[in-house]
This record gives sequence, structure tokens and C-alpha cells, in this order.
Amino acid sequence: MGQKLRFDQVAVGDEIPALTVESVSRMDFVRYAGASGDFVPLHYDQTFVEAVGIPTVFAQGMFTAGLLSRCLTDYAGVGQVRRFRVRFTTRVWPGDTVTCRGKITKKYQEQGENRIDGELEATNQKGEVAVKGSFVAAVG
Amino acid sequence: MADKSAIDKSGRPFKMPIEWGKVREFARAIKDPNPAYFDPEPARREYGGVPIPVTFLMTSAFWQDEYSMPAVQFDLGRVLHGEQEFELLKPIYVGDVLTGVTRVADVYDKAGSRGGTMTFTVLETTYTKEKGERVAISRSVILETGQPVKPG
Repeated sequence: MGQKLRFDQVAVGDEIPALTVESVSRMDFVRYAGASGDFVPLHYDQTFVEAVGIPTVFAQGMFTAGLLSRCLTDYAGVGQVRRFRVRFTTRVWPGDTVTCRGKITKKYQEQGENRIDGELEATNQKGEVAVKGSFVAAVG
Repeated sequence: MADKSAIDKSGRPFKMPIEWGKVREFARAIKDPNPAYFDPEPARREYGGVPIPVTFLMTSAFWQDEYSMPAVQFDLGRVLHGEQEFELLKPIYVGDVLTGVTRVADVYDKAGSRGGTMTFTVLETTYTKEKGERVAISRSVILETGQPVKPG
């Protein structure tokens, strides 16, 4: 279920391996709506968005944040994340390629655990930041 | 428009059973193929149960109702989800039944970048397990713009 990250092998400044998801689609947004219960029509109803002057539906912020969380757990391990925070900055449109990345900013001990802090970001193919995030994770 | 009088208002507690089917469905939706969510036997051996994805508590939308949400008046044409945070204090597994309570943690104003005032409302949901042990806190920051939300 994934290799274990070791505290003595982590250094401040280390980069979390990037995760690229090519060409996100309307089907992805519909699937996330059904899975999450976020039925805001901006994310799947073309008639609705055109009526409010937006060219096409766009991704739920938490869909993109979900991709970012996977990038983090692929690195830190499932069950290791203690805090995950995201801010939504630019919309993600159908056809966009989303790249998730992160960087370690701090290494310390707290509550009897070895912990790391880091920054996260999900960008589109133009390099615009769609979601900016930060995290705390426990490391064995 | 939310105002400071809403601070500390709470909704009624709601139950949220953690179901394997929903965990799998959610993991697929965020394109996370980690076998921890799909293969219960090895997950039990390695993690002590089938764990949940980091943002899985978003699915509380299926368990919340009009009574579990604090009585805050939002102008729905002017709201945006600005930020989201999860504090994951203790492991949560498939089979757990959580109890959530949502309260208004804060309401504050800031000058908007295109003029006008933006109102920020912080909704905080605290989750406990059967014995009252706190396992997670979710914080959503909801923005209300001075103008209806425009494309951009």
C-alpha cells in the first residue's frame, strides 16, 4: 500500500513528486458532484452557466483539492496527514491539465510524533495556480 | 448576508456513518487508486481498517440537513467557497459512525479587490466518535461578495 516515508530521509526544501492529471473533463466534475454531494450547478449544468454569462462549466474547487490530497498521500502515506488546508484561486476548465506539487517547509516533533509541514499547489497548463494549500503530516 | 450576530450559532448534531461504498466512490472521483480504499483485507492489516481520503468529510453534505446547518442567511447569488481546512486528529475508518456539529466560528469583513466589502463566514464542523472522542474538524470559509458573482 505504498512505501513508508522516513523522517531521517526528509529534508526541508524536498519536493513532493508532481502528479499530473491530463485533460480534466465534464465527466470528472459530474462524478465528483455525485461522490461529494456538491450539486452547485456551475459544475455540470451548461444551460445554467450560460444563463449567468460563464462560457462553460468548471471544476469544483474541492475536486482539484482532492487531486492535490492524492499527490500528498502518495508521498506521505495514507493516514499520515494531520492537517490539510486549501484556498481556491483560479478556475479549472474542461480540457485543462492539472499538475499538483508540494514542498517541505519544516521538520519537527510535536505530540510525540515526527512531523513535517509543507506547501502545496495545483496549477493549470499555463502555470496559473488554481489551488494553493498547506499541510501537516506525521512521518515514521 | 451573514453578520456578527451569527457567531457561535450551532446546528443540531447529525450522524454520519462511514460507508465503504462511499469511500470507494469518493476515491475514484478524486482519481486516487490507492488500494487502501479498495482492498479491505490488506487495509485492515496495514492501517487497522479501511481509511478515508483526506477530503472525504466533504461528503457530510449527504448527512446534513436544514436543521444541522446553523441558521445563517446567505445571499446565494453572492457566495463562493473560498477556503477549506481539515484537521484529522484521530484515524477514521469504514464502519465508524461519526457525530458532527456545525457552528459559525467567525464572521468578518474585508475590503474586496474590486471595491465593495466581502463578508467571510467560517463554518466549523467538529466530528466525534461513539465515545465522544474528537476525531476531526472541518472548516469552510464562505465568501459573500458585495456584487453578484461575476465570471472571471
